[in-house]
Amino acid sequence: MSHSKRLLLSALLVCAGLLLGACGGSSGSGAITLYNGQHEQTTAALVAAFEKQTHIKVNVRSGDEAELADQIIQEGSSSPADVFYTENTPVLEALRERGLLAPVAASTLAAIPSRYDSTQGDWVGVSARVSVLVYNTSQVGPSQLPSSILELAEPKWKGKLGFAPSETDFQPLITAITKLDGAATAEHWLRGLETNSRLYPDNETVVAQVNNGESAVGLINHYYWFRLQAELGHGAMHSALHYYAPGDPGDLVNVSGAAVLKSSSHQAAAQEFLAFLVSRTGQETIAHSHSYEYPLRAGVGAAPGLRPFADLHPVAVTPAELGDGKAALAMEQKLGLL
Amino acid sequence: MFAPIEPPANRWVQAWSGRRRWPLVSAAGGIAAAALVLLPLTFLVVEAQHSGWSELRHLLLRHSVAVLLWNTVRLALACTLLCAVLGVGAAWLVERTALPARRLWAVALVLPLGVPDFVVGFGWVSIDPALHGYLAAVMIMTLSLYPLVYLPVAGALAHVDAGLEEAARSLGLGPWQAFRKVTLRQVWPALLGGCLLVALALLAEYGAFEIVQYRTFTVEIFTEFKLGFDTVAACALSLVLVLLSVAALGGELKLAGTGRSWRAGPGAHRRATPVALGRWSAPALGGLAALVGLALGVPVGSLIYWMARGSSTTLPGTSILAAAAHTAEYSAAAAALATALAVPVTALAIRHRNRLTLLIERLAYLPMALPGLVVALGLVSFTEHYAFPLYQSSLELVVAYAILFLPLAIVGVRSAMGRTSPHLEEMGRSLGCRPATVWRRVTLPLIAPGLAAAFALVFIFTATELTATLLLRPTGVNTLATQFWAYTSEFSYGAAAPYAALMVAVSAVPAYLLSRRMTAPARGEQTR
Repeated sequence: MSHSKRLLLSALLVCAGLLLGACGGSSGSGAITLYNGQHEQTTAALVAAFEKQTHIKVNVRSGDEAELADQIIQEGSSSPADVFYTENTPVLEALRERGLLAPVAASTLAAIPSRYDSTQGDWVGVSARVSVLVYNTSQVGPSQLPSSILELAEPKWKGKLGFAPSETDFQPLITAITKLDGAATAEHWLRGLETNSRLYPDNETVVAQVNNGESAVGLINHYYWFRLQAELGHGAMHSALHYYAPGDPGDLVNVSGAAVLKSSSHQAAAQEFLAFLVSRTGQETIAHSHSYEYPLRAGVGAAPGLRPFADLHPVAVTPAELGDGKAALAMEQKLGLL
Repeated sequence: MFAPIEPPANRWVQAWSGRRRWPLVSAAGGIAAAALVLLPLTFLVVEAQHSGWSELRHLLLRHSVAVLLWNTVRLALACTLLCAVLGVGAAWLVERTALPARRLWAVALVLPLGVPDFVVGFGWVSIDPALHGYLAAVMIMTLSLYPLVYLPVAGALAHVDAGLEEAARSLGLGPWQAFRKVTLRQVWPALLGGCLLVALALLAEYGAFEIVQYRTFTVEIFTEFKLGFDTVAACALSLVLVLLSVAALGGELKLAGTGRSWRAGPGAHRRATPVALGRWSAPALGGLAALVGLALGVPVGSLIYWMARGSSTTLPGTSILAAAAHTAEYSAAAAALATALAVPVTALAIRHRNRLTLLIERLAYLPMALPGLVVALGLVSFTEHYAFPLYQSSLELVVAYAILFLPLAIVGVRSAMGRTSPHLEEMGRSLGCRPATVWRRVTLPLIAPGLAAAFALVFIFTATELTATLLLRPTGVNTLATQFWAYTSEFSYGAAAPYAALMVAVSAVPAYLLSRRMTAPARGEQTR
């Protein structure tokens, strides 16, 4: 008995300690708070370099980008976030539509080709990845691979394809097909895909299962394959990447972006962080961070092993045109994919 | 189901001991708990209201909603039934038979609770990538949730007076009839409470279903949140979850009767003579080994595989020990708070049962059936508007955990308090002790095993919680769950595995203490 009473007492003391600790808030005047939906490893490297260069402290809060966006929407005008850095642009578009983003400094926008920035100038593109087909090298020969992503809806791919319908990387493909070939084609394609495919919860699983031979081909962004290779070692890779024909809707560039919150009370420091992300130092940090993303600033090379960004000829659908992906989501829901 | 054992009507004793008045402390505690629980529920209703009738109708009357409803209900029914069978069977073997190494089994059977759902799903899919759909969901969820039945039932079995069973046998009942009519009746509230927890946890589950591609309401709600950034739609859909849990709560209440199974006093209460298993030893051991092997071995095995196989480096500036310390601190604080809230809620519902006290108790179960994201966003919204200095503080996080896991504490406390006769407390009062003294010297020692069970259950669930932790933790603070998530979301399975292993280890401590407390005789009990 006395034992459990002691336990209870110490637990109460911990409670009281937490309560006291809670009152001594943290953020100093010079510090900014970064809501981070980008891969933590990349962000940690960027923040370290930024703090060293500017002596502005960055408090990083990492989470799922969509949950962070929902959180920022709830927080509204009193959000503690100064900067939001994400893996995809539809989340940024969702916040822009709600009027929660501040305009990005013109010099920052100018550092990146304008097709990768927000049309309204409310967010800046930071790095990019390209949509590809991963194939198991012992199940599929290079000559059998499709030149267009639309071919994957044909019956010959039945039972061979894997993809993750709930991943944020997937809706942009639907949006791109809708933009280029119309909603009817997109819906037809989606139906074919549903018949042909095994569904996976995320892109990490897609690439791992294609590598295992569980699925013959899979829809991913290029960097998932490079990350799996980094984790497993080159010898364990039984898969390779295939790039769709130039101009195909599958040959789509997805952009990781950043924005300053309108509610931020540290506008200058926040803008400075965005400027750093697109600076040569920032972009080189990304290239060397093992995230295997393409830096978007001209003249900064990608990680070794990647096909050079200049050799890609992606389809002419910009991230800003992809919008918040609501129509694509509705189409997936209509077909019962979500 | 069972008729209540009514005390002899003795009005002046009741009036004299003040049993009809709500003791002030209980009332204050009950109101505080109700207020906390109402925070996320209010948020839900207010947000859903924004959607307007036509959008709500569009959302809820899609044909896929019928599929979601059917998926959710059939899963909840099958898993709850399977968990009940496995939980009671395992508890009986551990508590009532001469099972070899029962101490060890008592700990091992609880441990699957300490494995987070995303680790379980990950483990199974890495063994068999083809695993998906209804049967996969039923199997995975049954294996991870059966301890919710096992724990309260084992706790109750340990305190059932063997004399009653022996009396039943001497009156001519066969062993099965005696089990059904006497033993099962004694553990009935614990069993129902456990089943209720399983059903509620299933309604809110997301991680495992996402992995095995099984679509329930909660999966759909997360889709609205994650791909549509549509809080309004997500909250409207969550209302369906509230309705489903109201059905479960009502059903449990009906089956539970009055929840009283106490007898006059602890008296010569003693442990049953263990049943010799004889030639059933091997099948019993085999069954338990299979259960623990599947529930614990598969996820832990895949962790060990990745620890050996993965080559990823760790993130800079992170410490596994700091993360473990945060996890342990938050879990202990949340467990203490939830247990402290569960005591008045339960005391009111059992000792001062009326419509209001029962409503408060039932209300307290609801948040557990809601997706963690809904509860967390509710707290975000509330603190942003009314308690900004507390936003993203440790206190807010601990309160969120307590709201989410209060039902676990209530079930723990309830089964102990239901077995405790109020006459003992009245006797204490009649001997001139003040209420506080009676509470300290009579009630507390009697319900201590229940408090320990409540504390341990909440501790374990908090240690593996991810969604609310990501949203509400103080900026810069990492727990084992958040670090595991951060590593797996960048493919660093090798670096992630030790965090998951430590999560299981942290949960093993309360599981171990709990099993000791349950199998050790409480003070005042005699063993033979």
